[in-house]
Amino acid sequence: MGNANSLRQQRLISDILVNGGLFLLCFIWTVPTFGVFVSSFRTRDDISQTGWWTIFTNPATITTLNLENYNNVLTGKEYVYKSPSGDERREKGPNLSQSFMNSLTVVIPATVIPILIAAFAAYGFAWMRFPGRKMFFVMVVALLVVPLQIALIPVLRDYTKLGLNGTFLAIWLAHTGFGLPLATYLLFNYISQLPRDIIESAFIDGASHFTIFIRLILPLSTPALASFAIFQFLWVWNDLLVALVFLGSKPDVSVLQQQLQNLVGTKGQDWHLLTAGAFITMFVPLVVFFSLQRYFVRGLLAGSVKG
Amino acid sequence: MVHGSEKEQPHGPLEWIMANGGRFAISLFVPIVTFVVMWQVFIWLRDSHASKPIIAIVAIIWGVGGVALLFVVSNWVVEQLPMKWMKVLQPYVFVGPALAILAWYLAIPTVRSLILSFYDASGINFIGLDNYVFAFTDKAMLESFRNNILWMVVGTSLSVIFGLLIAVLADRSKFETIAKSLIFLPMAISFVGAGVIWRFVYFYKPPGQEQIGLLNAIVTAFGGQPLGWLTIRPWNNFLLIIILIWLQTGFAMVLLSAALKGVPGELMEAARIDGATEIQIFFWIIIPCIQGTIVTVSTTILIATLKIFDIVFVMTNGLYGTEVMASQQYKQMFKFQHFGRGSAVAIILLIAVIPVMIYNLKQFRQREA
Amino acid sequence: MRTKILVLLTVLMTMSFVLSACASAPTAAPKPTNTPVPAEPTATTAAAAAEPTATTATAAEPTKETKVEAGKFDWTVFSTEFKGKKVSASGPAVDQQAMLINKSFEEFEKYTGIEVDYEGTRDFETLVLVQSEGKAAPDLGYFAQPGLLKNMVKKSFVVDLSTFLDKEHLKKQYKQSWLDLAMMDGKVAGVWHNADVKSLVWYPVPEFEKAGYKVPQTWEEMIALSDKMVKDGNTPWCIGIESSGATGWVGTDWIEDIMLRTTSPENYDKWTNGQLKFESPEVKNAFQVMSKIWLNPDYVYGGTTAILTTPFGDSPTPLFDNPPKCFLHRQASFITNFFPKDAKVGTDVNYFYLPPIDAKYGKPVLGSGALVAMMNDRPEVREVMKWLTYGESGRVEAEAGVQIAPQNDASLDWYPPAQRGFAEILMNADTFRFDGSDLMPGAVGAGAFWTGMVDYVNGQGLDEILKSIDAAWPK
Repeated sequence: MGNANSLRQQRLISDILVNGGLFLLCFIWTVPTFGVFVSSFRTRDDISQTGWWTIFTNPATITTLNLENYNNVLTGKEYVYKSPSGDERREKGPNLSQSFMNSLTVVIPATVIPILIAAFAAYGFAWMRFPGRKMFFVMVVALLVVPLQIALIPVLRDYTKLGLNGTFLAIWLAHTGFGLPLATYLLFNYISQLPRDIIESAFIDGASHFTIFIRLILPLSTPALASFAIFQFLWVWNDLLVALVFLGSKPDVSVLQQQLQNLVGTKGQDWHLLTAGAFITMFVPLVVFFSLQRYFVRGLLAGSVKG
Repeated sequence: MVHGSEKEQPHGPLEWIMANGGRFAISLFVPIVTFVVMWQVFIWLRDSHASKPIIAIVAIIWGVGGVALLFVVSNWVVEQLPMKWMKVLQPYVFVGPALAILAWYLAIPTVRSLILSFYDASGINFIGLDNYVFAFTDKAMLESFRNNILWMVVGTSLSVIFGLLIAVLADRSKFETIAKSLIFLPMAISFVGAGVIWRFVYFYKPPGQEQIGLLNAIVTAFGGQPLGWLTIRPWNNFLLIIILIWLQTGFAMVLLSAALKGVPGELMEAARIDGATEIQIFFWIIIPCIQGTIVTVSTTILIATLKIFDIVFVMTNGLYGTEVMASQQYKQMFKFQHFGRGSAVAIILLIAVIPVMIYNLKQFRQREA
Repeated sequence: MRTKILVLLTVLMTMSFVLSACASAPTAAPKPTNTPVPAEPTATTAAAAAEPTATTATAAEPTKETKVEAGKFDWTVFSTEFKGKKVSASGPAVDQQAMLINKSFEEFEKYTGIEVDYEGTRDFETLVLVQSEGKAAPDLGYFAQPGLLKNMVKKSFVVDLSTFLDKEHLKKQYKQSWLDLAMMDGKVAGVWHNADVKSLVWYPVPEFEKAGYKVPQTWEEMIALSDKMVKDGNTPWCIGIESSGATGWVGTDWIEDIMLRTTSPENYDKWTNGQLKFESPEVKNAFQVMSKIWLNPDYVYGGTTAILTTPFGDSPTPLFDNPPKCFLHRQASFITNFFPKDAKVGTDVNYFYLPPIDAKYGKPVLGSGALVAMMNDRPEVREVMKWLTYGESGRVEAEAGVQIAPQNDASLDWYPPAQRGFAEILMNADTFRFDGSDLMPGAVGAGAFWTGMVDYVNGQGLDEILKSIDAAWPK
């Protein structure tokens, strides 16, 4: 009895330690973001004059919170200017809906395509024998470090020749190219650690490489595929430079991040809108993260990963 | 899967074609039809004025489906070949597309950079190793080397340690999903957004004025004088590295957490029954089990720190002794328009990663064994 | 009005025949002997500037008169044969300014049928470089940094406008100093589209007057005023140079303004093109003059730490505190964008011209602006370039108060009151010079010079800094 009690006590203590530690870390991690979250409901003048915590230290100021920033970002800014006849004209700036569509059109294939290609390649590196295998693998690792900026000009030249500039295909391929080293590297490390006996027994049953890959490897690699999917999605979603170069800034193709950056104004005078913008653009990646969460479950490979 | 052609081996390619004429025709026909259909859709996509969501959906199906088809069709074609040929060719069906794209988008540009790195700003005059001499003598570059080492050591180790810690803690907590989401949150924020967030942490206002930066607000609340955090050498480097850790811990956590799920539960239970403490379990069971993932995550973050650019560029522009290599590379290339120097820095980055490459190659060989 | 349009139409018809005859093969022969552009609209009323004299202060007056006379801009100088052709333009102006640029093309589009599509991005400088190298440049580029454009000219990415724009016409439309700035490697690299005045000092009007302060007319008076403010227990200056990837430019602007006030315009030109070294006594002196304000802890609100860490856009905010935490802020005209929403220029806050130091050099003005360059040579793009040489092309933007049109035939009547003052300062300038750091090569103007400013404020030795800036100059 006493033993069980002390065991329970021990459990309780470790529970407190675990959750307490976790809470502390989460708190530290979240405070900066939370501060900007509060700021996103404040006016520019408030933001630059008082700290965001003012709403806690001086609760009366809570009434100054408003949705103006969100309104500006989501529905477009209102521009006021004088017409030649002298009267004041107002015009709504672009809203985010079009660029939201564009971003989705860019990001979905730009996430799935590299995963597909990298998964095939990772399987090839891990379970197939062919000349040049090691050399090619080293190349993949080496290319991890190559900054994509050096590729912009040569690739753009090729695109110009091929007439690909400004097409979605152009940007999918570009993101695929720039994301492939990491994708191949991460997936190789996972796929190569899958238990050898599973694959060998499938071979003995007469399955081809293609069948093994589709039926066995892909399902077993879901956690790795899901985690890379998240990263690639985030990278593409938050990318500005690659989209700007290969897709351009025309409204019919410009992505969310470009639109957001334009909102800031030529001299950066409206940077406070980025507070609201950051939370609006964060929404989709978080949905992706939550929906892929369920693939990180225990037991998918229980007892079959080699130590 | 049994391949019919194995049984009666034809004697030469010509005979084989004669014998398998129909199949040969089909194996040519299928890829051609696939290609033509894909091309037609591409033309339609490029010129169509259909409503935006429709184009988007067709584009997505076309793009993703096209790549899937590429693999299916090329694999199908290879499987029509005799066993001998198939064995040789099939690996390239798997790795070929990746290698081709890597070559086009990264490898060939790298070679081009290597060549450019021996030329002057205009890219016309060959100047030998001058750009490299510059890179190893320039004050800002030397500073970058030092800082990059700092980033690599501190940034990588702390990101991985925190990522592992949080993954392990979350694994045992009822609040796993919410905790992981909160740590992951920074990753979902664009760099521009992250810049705004950290601006409100390090912001400086002269004494006497209300502080809007979190750190200075805390300092002044305790009676201290506000500091211009990002201008204080050399500590400002650590303040910038904190931003990286804040961002990259989520990355480490996601991967390590996925690996943790693969640690057999029975093994841990068995150890617990044997009276092992949680700390012992952590070091004796968990760490060895997920060692491969730790190496992968560390390598990836290490390389990310080597390429670190946005944080420095947005927060300090490399001033006050915070310059890093990738920021130098970007500046040389696009701001100073010196492609030679920019390329040389890129090549130095590549050379710097050789030890990592060797280590990974070793791992690669081990797995083969 | 209707009849006038009819007349215009007939003239236009004849003109378009003439033009189509000339412009049919413009790409093949870039330098036709008789220029296809009738810069002087000879057939029609006296439209643009009446006199070709490019002299400084007087230029504005006659144009205003002719505007009133002519009433309407003479459109017949443009061809209508390019209906439906598209021209792409790109630049660093975004948001409202981008919208206004597109609006400013509307009248032109209505008349010529050419569709001009401007797309702004704040990464324009990087993008245009990549696009030009990638052979995918837009037709027109708005360059705020002549130094960058110069490099593009060197690489032959830019069309020489003198191949089709009449020299006399350009002389009539722009002051010589603007034309000189557009000449690069012996080519006309672009036409000026807008200008900003930089030599301004802002102050909070009510408190300034209440304290009995007077707008200084000379630098000495300004220093005396600063001393008086200190004596009154006030802080005179607010300075902030943080600008993320461009931190330091506020400082370079100060140095440039001081250079113009302490040495000859010729020396300034030599300095910006690398002939006069940073280590020379002239430049060193400018740093020292500046440091008397910048490095004096009594003068600057928050001292050097505030200078380094305050974002330039936030730095004027203390002017609006009650009581003001500082009284003077030197910044270009666009800083009004950063003022608190309810602040009115003229009543709450006003500006004065940054006073001269040495009477010998008169009242020089430092400014900046955007130069439109042509990167693809097609007849319809030429038409657009021609349009951009007229003040009328910047009218929408001028009326909205976002920019000053640098063309001689731009009317002062267009501007809202505050901007009219800027335009007047620009017109009355004894010497006009362009922001020097934008003229210098990127390695200096967007690199070592910025870094040097920061290091200087941060306490590093001046000689060492000047030496390292000189060393960064590309050979």
